[in-house]
Amino acid sequence: MIVDIFVQQIINGIVQGSVYALVALGYTMVYGILGLINFAHGEVVMVGAMVALTVLQALLAAAVAPLLAILLSLLAAMAVCMALGYGIERVAYRPLRNAPRLAPLITAIGVSIVLQNLAMMIWGREYHAFPLPLDNALHALGGAIITNVQIAIVLVAVAVMALLLLIVHRTRLGRAMRAVAENPAAAMLMGVDINRVISATFMLGSALAAVAGFMVSANYGIVHYYMGFMLGLKAFTAAVLGGIGNLRGAMLGGLLLGLIESLGAGYIGDLSGGFFGSNYQDVFAFMVLIAVLIFRPSGLLGERVAERA
Amino acid sequence: MTTVADTLLELRGIGKRFGGLAALSEVSLHIRSGEIYGLIGPNGAGKTTLFNIITGLYQLDEGTFQFAGSSYARCKPHVLAHAGIARTFQNIRLFANMTALENVMVGRHVRTHAGIWGALACNRATRDEERAIEKRAHELLHFVGIQRHSNTLAKNLSYGEQRRLEIARALATEPKLLALDEPAAGMNATETESLKELMKKIRDSGVTVLLIEHDVKLIMGLCDRVAVLDYGKKIAEGVPEEVRSNPAVIAAYLGGEVTEAPRPQAGEGLG
Repeated sequence: MIVDIFVQQIINGIVQGSVYALVALGYTMVYGILGLINFAHGEVVMVGAMVALTVLQALLAAAVAPLLAILLSLLAAMAVCMALGYGIERVAYRPLRNAPRLAPLITAIGVSIVLQNLAMMIWGREYHAFPLPLDNALHALGGAIITNVQIAIVLVAVAVMALLLLIVHRTRLGRAMRAVAENPAAAMLMGVDINRVISATFMLGSALAAVAGFMVSANYGIVHYYMGFMLGLKAFTAAVLGGIGNLRGAMLGGLLLGLIESLGAGYIGDLSGGFFGSNYQDVFAFMVLIAVLIFRPSGLLGERVAERA
Repeated sequence: MTTVADTLLELRGIGKRFGGLAALSEVSLHIRSGEIYGLIGPNGAGKTTLFNIITGLYQLDEGTFQFAGSSYARCKPHVLAHAGIARTFQNIRLFANMTALENVMVGRHVRTHAGIWGALACNRATRDEERAIEKRAHELLHFVGIQRHSNTLAKNLSYGEQRRLEIARALATEPKLLALDEPAAGMNATETESLKELMKKIRDSGVTVLLIEHDVKLIMGLCDRVAVLDYGKKIAEGVPEEVRSNPAVIAAYLGGEVTEAPRPQAGEGLG
């Protein structure tokens, strides 16, 4: 029985960690290039989920085939989020490119509040059920249970991350991104238009956020205008844990954070003799953040933070 | 004289101030296609400032800037890179955590096109372009003689190899004018000699070379024409032999006139 719980928490951790990793990549890509924490990124995830919800509802009402409906709603969410990411950078960050660091941080929080409230006005304050038209069958795995959706989440996350690494390491755009991250002045002299690279970075990160938003909604079956806030903070923690600015670090940090949270929530009741319940789950993420900031501020795989600071 | 058909770069009356300090004033020069043009002067004479203006890192305050027949005052570096000006830095600025090959491939950026949609779609045109970029990058590494290090990270190359890599990366932009900021700095005599050969090879391949140097001896054996800057002004221009015997130049280098005024601190790179 104890083994079952352990395996179950590992499965849950990996699934949740995949989502964190996708969102953390958005934070880390922007930080790597601009040295900026885009605190509005969590809201992009939420908008992705909301758009997916609306499109999915409409398509299902129009009796579109389930898989096609899922694919189309995901693509719609990605398209809207890419436009949103582009817009956020243009409106909130680009005018402050040469301002003190605190200024874009404040606009980031401002954008976050604006997006939350816009979403509340458009989609309302209530919790929406996410209608996933799939047979969410359960499978036994090592004495624990894994659902179709969870399997899909992990597979899609792995595929998307592999695609991202391919783009960053094997394409002209990816090379330009790495060049700008390392040395903007030299990159400009190679003919790299920094503004375009930054826009593309925001768009790629936001596309990942849309995928993550779809995944969270599909996994929990619930969408809410406030869902991006906590998710964003945790993904930020994951990015810091892995070493912000480092793509592989964000992936590793996301996965680890998912596992730590899941195992922590699974065992905190036993460990504290029932005094704390699994609703203390969120505590673990932020304990990790504090511990990383105290003991290893550059994160597990990070080395470039010190150079940039 | 300045309207000669083979003029590649023409600067007239260039002025640049940093606060109240005139780093450059009334500097005019013209560089002809196919020559190696040397720019010398004591420390702080404004050489690097002029370089930064030519490559778009600084914006000029006064004067006109004509390159290959078009005016380029106040353009961003990537625009000038597109027009055909490439440079290297006095303190080498490679992409340290990228391989030598990737560094040169970044240099191809300005002559290629695939963007975010190409990266996402990975279509035929994008893949063909990618292959062409890699092929050209290999050729350039071969040209500067470091092809065996193509997969080495830039930061792990020796100093002389990093210098060559920076030149290869600049050549990858297909420049009409290659501007080299003290390429021989910190090199021993053998390395300097082989660098000289490389610069001649570059000129013979049809690229005009603009060379900043500190070391007068290097300039004399290599350049077709030379200009001398001192205190932000051009004090001489001509073939090396003329310039070497010019009294103003000798005074600038040997300190003929003693002055209490501090030298202008022209920006040596952006730091």
